[in-house]
Amino acid sequence: MKNTIRNIFHSPKFVIGFIIFFGLLLFTFVYPWFVAADPMEMIGQGNFFKPGTYISVKDAVESKNYTLNIEAKSSNVGAHIEEKDKKSMREWLVKYGGVSQEEMDAADDNALVELWFEKYDSKADQKGLTASKKKSYVRLTEKLKKLASDADVILAQENEDGELEATGSFDSQTYVNVGDVGNKRRLVLGTDTFGRDVLTELVAATKTSLRIGLIAGVVATLIGLILGLLSGYIGGVFDDIIIFITNLFTVIPSFVLLILITYSVGQSARGVGTIAAVIGLTSWTWTCRSVRSQVISLRNRDHVNLSKLSGHSMIRIVLTDILPYVASYVVMAFILQISSGILSEAQLSMLGLGPSTTNVATLGQMMNWSTLYAAHLNGSWWAYFPVVLVIALISFSLNLMNTGLDQVFNPQLRD
Amino acid sequence: MSETRAECLRGKGLTKIFGSGNKKTVAVDHVDFDFREGEIISIVGESGSGKTTLSKMLLGLISVTEGEIYYQGKLRDISSGRKKKEYWKGIQPIFQDPFSSYNMFNKIDSVLLDCIKMRGMGKLSYEQKFKMMEEACSFVNLEFKELTNKYPFELSGGQMQRLMIARIFLLRPKILLADEPTSMIDACSRSTILDMLLKLRDEIQMTVIFITHDIGLAYYISDKVYIMEHGKFVESGPAEECILHPTADYTKRLISDVPKIYEEWDLSTV
Repeated sequence: MKNTIRNIFHSPKFVIGFIIFFGLLLFTFVYPWFVAADPMEMIGQGNFFKPGTYISVKDAVESKNYTLNIEAKSSNVGAHIEEKDKKSMREWLVKYGGVSQEEMDAADDNALVELWFEKYDSKADQKGLTASKKKSYVRLTEKLKKLASDADVILAQENEDGELEATGSFDSQTYVNVGDVGNKRRLVLGTDTFGRDVLTELVAATKTSLRIGLIAGVVATLIGLILGLLSGYIGGVFDDIIIFITNLFTVIPSFVLLILITYSVGQSARGVGTIAAVIGLTSWTWTCRSVRSQVISLRNRDHVNLSKLSGHSMIRIVLTDILPYVASYVVMAFILQISSGILSEAQLSMLGLGPSTTNVATLGQMMNWSTLYAAHLNGSWWAYFPVVLVIALISFSLNLMNTGLDQVFNPQLRD
Repeated sequence: MSETRAECLRGKGLTKIFGSGNKKTVAVDHVDFDFREGEIISIVGESGSGKTTLSKMLLGLISVTEGEIYYQGKLRDISSGRKKKEYWKGIQPIFQDPFSSYNMFNKIDSVLLDCIKMRGMGKLSYEQKFKMMEEACSFVNLEFKELTNKYPFELSGGQMQRLMIARIFLLRPKILLADEPTSMIDACSRSTILDMLLKLRDEIQMTVIFITHDIGLAYYISDKVYIMEHGKFVESGPAEECILHPTADYTKRLISDVPKIYEEWDLSTV
């Protein structure tokens, strides 16, 4: 036994799979220590906000007292441009911007600025201009942009007479220390369509999905193991009945069965536990078949005969003389069942047949939400790519562990 | 002389058929036999002649297709688990392959403790049990103290087979069914094992049914010989009579196939 465990941990495939899987598992447990927020909390940044650090607008505005300075600058950018600049702007627009002379003459200062931002293109074909002149137009545009953004934002409040009274104003040169801001969210993976932090949601979803996989795996392995052991060992009519049922479940594609069962369970009863149990109930057939065939080959072995002749009961023979011999296979099948359980849940939830709640996130649910709200069309990769990656990693690591175990238990497969 | 002994195991028209229809295989075909108490009986035949099937029927591990087995004069009844257990107190096997005879996950002590329990002595104190196990092991030249807490796969094939004999020593059955107990073991250990078997028979006065493909071996140890070919007994009788003056062609062939060290081998008969 000790030797077997040592062999298992000497198999590089198993170790890599083990590290990936338990790394993920550890992350799902450690992450909530640092981020105490409810994973389902909607923080108001809906419609797939990009990854980044977000601070509340209210905090950004109100974190300092400002002196009232309404007349500092108006939004009238045109008034701050020098005559010389206006002249050269007009020249450029007529010559290269395709604006007629009449339209140009009619335009006032502010209209000129608007036209300039609309028509000016530094890469336009500007025949007859020297390089330094072209540069000067670029500089002029920068200056205009700065003037435009220097236009103040003025805060106003209604006073007792119902009139608006300015209480403060800000321009782009007003800064606030980020450390002073109370409501700050670092959204490493942005938000989803409901305005939930994708990373926190993903961690919670991974945990739920692993739980579904584990429950499904335990249910499937237990049913498959018990039925396989009994039908293989008892044989006869009992075996015929069991293998008939098993074949029935095998020939009907289990995914179709899964869809039908989850659909007929009804919207209200479809919780996480139900989904997991249903997945387990439809995927035990392969475990049952292979355990049965192994038991059939084992039951005529001499050590089983000897155990019978020593007067042991059937249950004891099955538990002590047969189960240990199939245990290694069952462990491998269990690992694969977990992986296929997680994948089945993802498939089901993608179709909208997952847990019928928006309070619990699963990996499949997250995929479903991002598909429903077209995250893949508006380029919000952060809403689905990390989910896909986690599903792939879980599946990959579990399969790798399975292959590693297979090589330890069946030395012929070693490479 | 043998007819005066008490009846032990008798078979009438014993048949075992595997499968049905076109795939029907008759492994044992209407076999009659009469084993008397205290005898050493050899069943000799080549591979596939149905020896092991017959032995499994005698042990009650597989069902009998046709025919009856009488145990100690009465029709054998193994219809329920309790009756089977009672029957198995009287008949015990030694299997061909010692390496597959043990559960590799159980320690050696448990194999021997099961035997004590089966004899209805499970309530004895551990010291008494220990003494019994020690006695059984020393009977087969094994040191029990060295075996405790060991797993079967840590022993050699010869040691495992000797432990099997120690098991029989503890169980004291009426019949020992030895199914080619020496065929997986080298020639040196073979004589030791056979020696122990004979010693054990003298010790606990049991009937030994010895199944073998080696007619020479059968001649040396047995009182009575049954020659089996394709599921039928072609010849039976006292060992000397059967082997020194064979009547059936098959027996003659078996005898001619025994390699002779001092003569040239005649491979044309093989």
